[in-house]
Amino acid sequence: MSNLLKNTSLSVNTADKIISETLHKCDDGELYLEDTKFETVTLDDNKIKSSDYSTDTGYGFRAITDDVIAYSHSNEISEESLKKSSESLKSILKSKNGTYNFSIKKTNQKFYNDIDPIETKSLNSKIELLNSMNEYSRSKDPSVKQVSASFIGEKKNIEILRSGGELLQDSRPLVRINISMMVEKDGRKEIAVYGVGGRQSYDEYLKDGSWKKLCDEAFRVATTNLKSKPSPAGEMKVVLGPGWPAILIHEAIGHGLEGDFNRKKTSAFHNLVGARVASEGVTIIDDGTIDNRRGSLNIDDEGTPTEKTVLIENGILKNFMQDRLNARLMNTKSTGNGRRENYKHIVLPRMRNTIMLSGNHTQEEMIKSVNKGIFAVSFGGGQVDITSGKFVFNCTEAYEIIDGKIGAPLKGATLIGDGPSSLKEVLMVGNDMMLDPGIGTCGKAGQGVPVGVGQPSLLIDNMTVGGTKL
Amino acid sequence: MIKEKDYLSTVADQCLSKAKKLGSTEASVLVMNSVSENVNIRNRKLDGSTRSENLGIALTTYIGKKKSSISSSNLNEKNLDNLIDRCVESTKIIPEDELNSLADKELYFKGDKNLDLYDETVLENQKKIDYINEAEEEAFSKKDIVNTNGSGFGQNKSNFILANSNGFSDGYKTSQFTAYCEVVSKNNGSMERDYEYSSKRFYDDILKPKDLGAKAAELALNKLNPKKIKSEKLNIVFDKRIAKSFLSALSSAISSSAIAKGTTFLKDKLNEKIFSDKINIQDKGDIKKANGSRYFDSEGVKIKPLDLVKNGDLKNLLVDTYNGKKIKMQSNGRSSGPTNLYFLNGSLSFKELINSNKRILYINETIGRGSNLITGDYSVGASGLMIENGDFSYPVSEITIAGNLNDIFKNISLADDLEFNYATNSPTMLVEGMIVGGK
Repeated sequence: MSNLLKNTSLSVNTADKIISETLHKCDDGELYLEDTKFETVTLDDNKIKSSDYSTDTGYGFRAITDDVIAYSHSNEISEESLKKSSESLKSILKSKNGTYNFSIKKTNQKFYNDIDPIETKSLNSKIELLNSMNEYSRSKDPSVKQVSASFIGEKKNIEILRSGGELLQDSRPLVRINISMMVEKDGRKEIAVYGVGGRQSYDEYLKDGSWKKLCDEAFRVATTNLKSKPSPAGEMKVVLGPGWPAILIHEAIGHGLEGDFNRKKTSAFHNLVGARVASEGVTIIDDGTIDNRRGSLNIDDEGTPTEKTVLIENGILKNFMQDRLNARLMNTKSTGNGRRENYKHIVLPRMRNTIMLSGNHTQEEMIKSVNKGIFAVSFGGGQVDITSGKFVFNCTEAYEIIDGKIGAPLKGATLIGDGPSSLKEVLMVGNDMMLDPGIGTCGKAGQGVPVGVGQPSLLIDNMTVGGTKL
Repeated sequence: MIKEKDYLSTVADQCLSKAKKLGSTEASVLVMNSVSENVNIRNRKLDGSTRSENLGIALTTYIGKKKSSISSSNLNEKNLDNLIDRCVESTKIIPEDELNSLADKELYFKGDKNLDLYDETVLENQKKIDYINEAEEEAFSKKDIVNTNGSGFGQNKSNFILANSNGFSDGYKTSQFTAYCEVVSKNNGSMERDYEYSSKRFYDDILKPKDLGAKAAELALNKLNPKKIKSEKLNIVFDKRIAKSFLSALSSAISSSAIAKGTTFLKDKLNEKIFSDKINIQDKGDIKKANGSRYFDSEGVKIKPLDLVKNGDLKNLLVDTYNGKKIKMQSNGRSSGPTNLYFLNGSLSFKELINSNKRILYINETIGRGSNLITGDYSVGASGLMIENGDFSYPVSEITIAGNLNDIFKNISLADDLEFNYATNSPTMLVEGMIVGGK
């Protein structure tokens, strides 16, 4: 039963009729319906700065023949609007001779509960907690000059109506709690941000005063950076800490293994399946099935159940991440990676939770083995050029390593590397795999989707550090 | 196509009167509609097409000094009623902030709207496809252009009404035509990509397809078989498309919100020298047909033309009502950020700029976020071309460039080749003495 058509003038029967007629002789396509509720409550500069609540409802109608996608979306869910979209799709796909694949695999897998996180915590208690975070942070030390904290909650209901009347549904909660803190001492200022989140209620992340840990962590990083010195410039050995630094994997190889870039042969990895792309001992998966994680999905945005996809096994490239379109054109099957930011966007193959599995080295061993290098503990964000393979990420907490020992903290620097070769430079894989705290958003083609990353500590032989000290 | 003023105004008025009825003392509402049609091609063949229709409202209600907001794309009357009810209920709970208010009535925009921001032209999809195909054809006519990341053409039309309980109610239509071409070059195992794009309010003003394709191809070809250089201090020339990013960093750092909170490296720099004497920066909303032009900001305040930097001195900030009160400055209509922000031309020619030293690194692409606006620290990944004795010598990639914006700003020299291609624009820029991280 469609819930999202219930309060509209469009009946399921009429929708079915328009969908089936429009998608006749198409290779694929569907009507995607979405209803999202979104809330942010922000404290900034000692004041509750805003409380914003929004709802967004709409549909995206997609028709595909061969490799051509026609798409039309609107937030007016009515017979008239859908018919207009249908006309627009048909005018684009003039000659079509495809075979619609009616069957879509179904499971009852659930990796998160159907809750509305906005409603499970009252506005009053959110305001109270934001005030507590502000007061607690400012009371830690007189150097704390600014605190900004926010609750960001979302409930997204989606429905996929396929030709022939098939209906697939998912209901997705998502929350984030963020804190950003600016400290100032002896004329120097530094800022640090920290946050947690995932697909469950806020309170799961706030149990037993654990909100204090968010403030403590932001404070620790900000004050560490007050003592930072200019970062060196040039090539050196890099030890990456566990967890967040897996942005490296996301940028360096994750994007390059998305099906679209490989079908189009614009990825530096497109002809490397079966080849060695990483050092022995490096295994990387993309997993949509971890309970309550930010990047997890019961089904993707085409209705395909998500799975745990092995991308690289012991250094050998095994699989790309696929949506239905790219899988069909590459004669393989969707891995449940078809995602979109919302109904306003077309589906693209996107990452979920991208993770490098543990090896058997300790972080201590790695640091001991480095004469001159840097130890990167946390990153802000990253970016990659898929075609040349060059990627960067920005350190937000890093230290120099001299003669096998951790030295002074370093000013935030950009690290740059080459995707296809960087994982071949992995010298040691740690035994301490950790997932990130659950606040990552990946951008591609103007669409942001929530993702997760994870990795153990890593020792990389050679990366270029963008510091100012020669 | 897009909704007309009467429809949008009616919705706006309904929202305001409903909010008032439920007990809000002041309110402000934005009702907007946009329709866009985009086509994408790949290897000179249709790849996809998207038609987008967006309609939405955003409402802020006040009860005294308490404030809360809602927004929605569902204009169904019952849904709106529920949301406005929710908004007013939330407003009652939010603690007071004595600085909350609508903008000062005296500052509202009044007058004629004659900036030519809307082009009536409607292009059939086939015409869009033909346009962008011609661009790819041109790119593929060059040796070693082997593939494309996709090229596209988009047409967007918008209309909106901004209204508030102080009696302000105004809006206008805007249009945007965008063409882009992104191609892949390949030679001796080296594969590179680059793009060119053009986005204008008027169809006739966008780059002609052949020029678009030729430029994208030239850029992608210039990058082939790059070298990594050693770490060293170099004079760097930034291509216009990168140079403008320093203006974006500046505009964030001089927003009244950053200044009020102290979260910017330019906190106490008003009326102080932050660039060298020869640098002048303006932000003007009233340039005809320009991408960044607007009549008023998101609070209805008219856009005041600003000399942000004059002879190197920071003379103005980007001020909105709320943060303006904190720093005791009147709003100058920048609650939506800068408008057309640009460096005035420098005195050197492009040739003089690239001949200013025997070795110059010309940067035309950066990746990564780059600027820390609290400390001014700047570090990005980059690629470009080595220039020796004024001639392009070889492409360079997988390097970083770093410095601090305080120093970078003081070491900027500008060429005399300013063009208004984007909302934020810079002539070609020379920055002396930046640190390059390489081998």
